Amino acid sequence: MMDVGRHPKINLMTYSQVESISGYVGNFSVRVRKKTRYVDEDACTACGDCAVACPVTAPDEFQGGLSTRKAIYIPFPQAVPSAYLINADECLGNNPIACGKCRDVCDKDCIDFDTQDEVVEFDAGTVIVATGLDIFDPTGLSEYGYTRYENVITSLEFERLISSSGPTEGHFVRPTDLQRPQRIGFIQCVGSRTLPTPGFPSQGANGRGHPYCSNICCMNTVKDSLLLLDHYPDTDITVYYTDVRAFGKGFEDLYRRSKESGVKYMRGLPGQILEDPATRNLRLMVENTMTGELETNEHEMIVLSLGLVPPEDQDLVKQLLTLSTTEDGFFLESHPKLKPVDAPTRGVFFAGCAEAPKDVKDSVTQASAAAARAQIILNQPTIQLEPVVAWVDPELCTPCGRCVRVCPFHAITGGDAKQKIKATVIEAMCQGCGTCAAECNFSAITIRHFTDQQIIAQIDAALAHHPHQKILAFACNWCSYAGADLAGVSRLQYPPNARVIHTMCSGRVDPDFVLYSFQKGAAVVLVSGCHFGDCHYIDANHHTAKRIERLRSQLERKGVRPERLHLEWVSAAEGQKWAQLMRELEELRQSVTLEEVQDTTELLRSRRKV
Amino acid sequence: MSQAGQRIGVFVCQCGRNIAGSVDCEAVRAYAEKLPGVVHTTVNRYTCSEPGQAEIRGAIVEHSLDRVVVASCSPRNYEPIFRECVAQVGLNPYLMTMANIREGVSWVHMGDVPAATYKAQEMVEMAVAKARWLQPLTEAVANVAPGALIIGGGIAGIQAALDLADAGHQVYLVEKAPSIGGKMAQLDKTFPTMDCSI
Repeated sequence: MMDVGRHPKINLMTYSQVESISGYVGNFSVRVRKKTRYVDEDACTACGDCAVACPVTAPDEFQGGLSTRKAIYIPFPQAVPSAYLINADECLGNNPIACGKCRDVCDKDCIDFDTQDEVVEFDAGTVIVATGLDIFDPTGLSEYGYTRYENVITSLEFERLISSSGPTEGHFVRPTDLQRPQRIGFIQCVGSRTLPTPGFPSQGANGRGHPYCSNICCMNTVKDSLLLLDHYPDTDITVYYTDVRAFGKGFEDLYRRSKESGVKYMRGLPGQILEDPATRNLRLMVENTMTGELETNEHEMIVLSLGLVPPEDQDLVKQLLTLSTTEDGFFLESHPKLKPVDAPTRGVFFAGCAEAPKDVKDSVTQASAAAARAQIILNQPTIQLEPVVAWVDPELCTPCGRCVRVCPFHAITGGDAKQKIKATVIEAMCQGCGTCAAECNFSAITIRHFTDQQIIAQIDAALAHHPHQKILAFACNWCSYAGADLAGVSRLQYPPNARVIHTMCSGRVDPDFVLYSFQKGAAVVLVSGCHFGDCHYIDANHHTAKRIERLRSQLERKGVRPERLHLEWVSAAEGQKWAQLMRELEELRQSVTLEEVQDTTELLRSRRKV
Repeated sequence: MSQAGQRIGVFVCQCGRNIAGSVDCEAVRAYAEKLPGVVHTTVNRYTCSEPGQAEIRGAIVEHSLDRVVVASCSPRNYEPIFRECVAQVGLNPYLMTMANIREGVSWVHMGDVPAATYKAQEMVEMAVAKARWLQPLTEAVANVAPGALIIGGGIAGIQAALDLADAGHQVYLVEKAPSIGGKMAQLDKTFPTMDCSI
């Protein structure tokens, strides 16, 4: 932390908020608001005289509210920058006549009640999002009685109570009587691995928790148990768990050490905690799922091992950088396996818990990876932009705005029917998936290198001879085409009747291409792409799925067998699946007679031309 | 734009026996020769090898080719190499396209030479049809502003900031709290090493 403060290449802006980011890879314009501290950060020596003089006390956030601080304070002793600040909401000095005690005692004259927020603007080539996490708020889990029973504490409060720089200077005592608890229970998965409860939110004051595993809480409790036994070897510790996930390097050793030191691990989560009003001890009922027995245990203190949740205020960053989140609320990476550090927005990278809950080691690893990825851009004076991008013909744009709504990268502006602003593609942000072109009803959008003409020409060529014997297949570059390649590399044999057209994304497949293929006599049409969540263009394949659904009903209405249009997700690892799919589609193709194909051509003859 | 007078070259790769084992490459070449716009065709033993690439470059110059179709392996493998190859003699790299007759044909229809050859011919026909509509593309170039913005000064932001700054890049580290350190600073000890977090 100190290295950051004194590094000549790091401009550290604390107590600051990013207000706006515009531009694209290599050229982000950033505006940051530096909130005033009312204390000159550079001049302050952190002597602390001001805090002694300050008459206002407030709960100390750093200590989890377990002790107090003054209205002028330093967040914690090792803070970087090592400088005090005034919380203006608590300070009486808004009117210096009322109070100015801190200013009077400051030898360095670094306190000024009249300073204002400062707005800083600068350009940056890349952005690393390291917005971190929040801790799950367990008050909604009324069965555990957090806040109702003082001796039920959270894992973060535990950290402060056992820390030598904590409110009790490391003397581990329980809140009600300041006595050392002998029998301590830890409850795991608080807010994690919870199935949604109808009528309850997952987060917030009434939150019941999230379905995902928070990754760190098992090992955190293992660590806590060893810390406790290290300080107080006679402590009796029980851990109530769902599964102990000790999967990392050195983790299993630590878990074994904890068990060998006498920590009891019981599989099962308590249904309810009750407080004995006389002793303030906590009694819990739990089904030991290993034995099937119902047990009642008494503890002097209970620690809730809290899960991690996305930070409440991450939506601003999400908006500014056009990021997406996965179902769990954490940021969506460009690809879960191959680009785990890249955001779908080019030039933006993730580090730490912003992307998913992770421990210190994984956060550091990902941060170094993000820094390395960022340097690929920063080490070059210029950057080449992808030429396979969309282009909107202003003559043909109506503008209806459909392309703007489906673009996964928010790379299309305008498209506003009311204001009559035509759609325009910001080429530097476009990734070339082609979803906009497939969505456009007016053929106003061209995808360079995957133009309508190029694709129609391939359909024509593929169906030039014996079309009723053909399966026309569209395969996306990243998953399905790669899966087909893997079938080849693995020498998996399948019937030779498919003709594959390569697109970057299944989202490029315009419904017109499908109808045109049937009109031209194709027996079967396949559209294949990445599985949901694997799409290299965030969620473009969701639009594919919707279009195919619509097309099927359209075909059915016209009297064409809808199953002749097949949609399948094939990943790059699914060579077997591709080969099997080819065999199945060949069977389907053989069920399509020449007469049926000719009927289809007739039925679709009336549709408008591509 | 597709237009008359295009000069397309088709290069059919045998890939040793990898393609030639199941596909009659000479028959594919002969088929390609008759396709509209095609003015030059040849069969190579290994098109990706230096002699194979030299042949493409030579043919572009000698026959004034303005489009190139390479019938060989998956574009996922060698497209960048063939793009670079044609660019060396001044042809726009986006005027080259490929027909995947190895992963898509010879390796999945082994031993059925008539069927594999027929499919390879049609795939070359598709690639030539696409080639007629290929357009030159240029990669736009943008300047890169020096410096990185890092949002968040927890353990991840700190590590990324130090790595980038140590590599000589300007870093703007923005943290909403009055100190960096994030949640980690509140932890007493961290696993698995059980040491201090600050």
